[in-house]
Amino acid sequence: MKQTILFYIFALLIIVSAILTVRMRNIFHAGLFLILTFVGVAGLYITLDAEFIAGVQVLIYVGAIAILILFAVMLTQGIYDKTQAATNKQQFGALVLSVILLVLLVLIIMATEWITGNQAAPSISELAIDLMRKFALPFEIVSVVLLAALLGAVVIARKEEK
Amino acid sequence: MMVGLIHYLILAAILFCIGLFGVLTRRNAIGVLMGLELMFNAVNINLVAFSRYINMSNLPGGQIATLGQIFTIFIITIAAAEAVVGLALVICIYRNFRGINVDEVNLMKW
Repeated sequence: MKQTILFYIFALLIIVSAILTVRMRNIFHAGLFLILTFVGVAGLYITLDAEFIAGVQVLIYVGAIAILILFAVMLTQGIYDKTQAATNKQQFGALVLSVILLVLLVLIIMATEWITGNQAAPSISELAIDLMRKFALPFEIVSVVLLAALLGAVVIARKEEK
Repeated sequence: MMVGLIHYLILAAILFCIGLFGVLTRRNAIGVLMGLELMFNAVNINLVAFSRYINMSNLPGGQIATLGQIFTIFIITIAAAEAVVGLALVICIYRNFRGINVDEVNLMKW
């Protein structure tokens, strides 16, 4: 019962703030609503008994990615220009496409026979042991990917010397 | 009615479609990136819900109970890398074009 109430609260929070994220004229305000969406998703993870993922969501999405996006908004001036349109001309087509995709997805979800069973949610220590044993190689590779992205970002964003 | 797997999947589908709408309609490149992040979150909700509700004991690899959550961790990492490179590109575009509207950046358009 408690899970049901929490689910609907977070679902409402996520959907409303996601719609505001894509519809807000001011891109800075859109970024703030993006943070609210991330917090809602973190709450949803807690209703799914995934506390570690919820913590990672708050730390990385809210703490790092959203702040990075807000910094990028502030570094690129001239976007508060009210005379410029915030959206392009394909709004109607995009709306139709999104709604068609949503209807299709819901139909597929309803039509599929899910083999559900209440699995015990893994604890944090189980997660850590699997990450270090069975998934040790992907774990190392993803850290190399992060390093490559870091160096690539520095090279791309650096001023060219003339 | 108890909340089950289907509720989470439908919520994720809604979030994905909102993100898609944002990607398709925003002129600002940072707005496009925001839409992408929404879509990443939808996928992550799916994976965590699967790891909680799907009975995997008969599936290959099903003995690993942490599979769904570990996938989510990797996706979050890749999303961080994507955001970093994407925003570096935005800064670079801003420096060269004095604006970051994606419909004005058509240097490589044939």
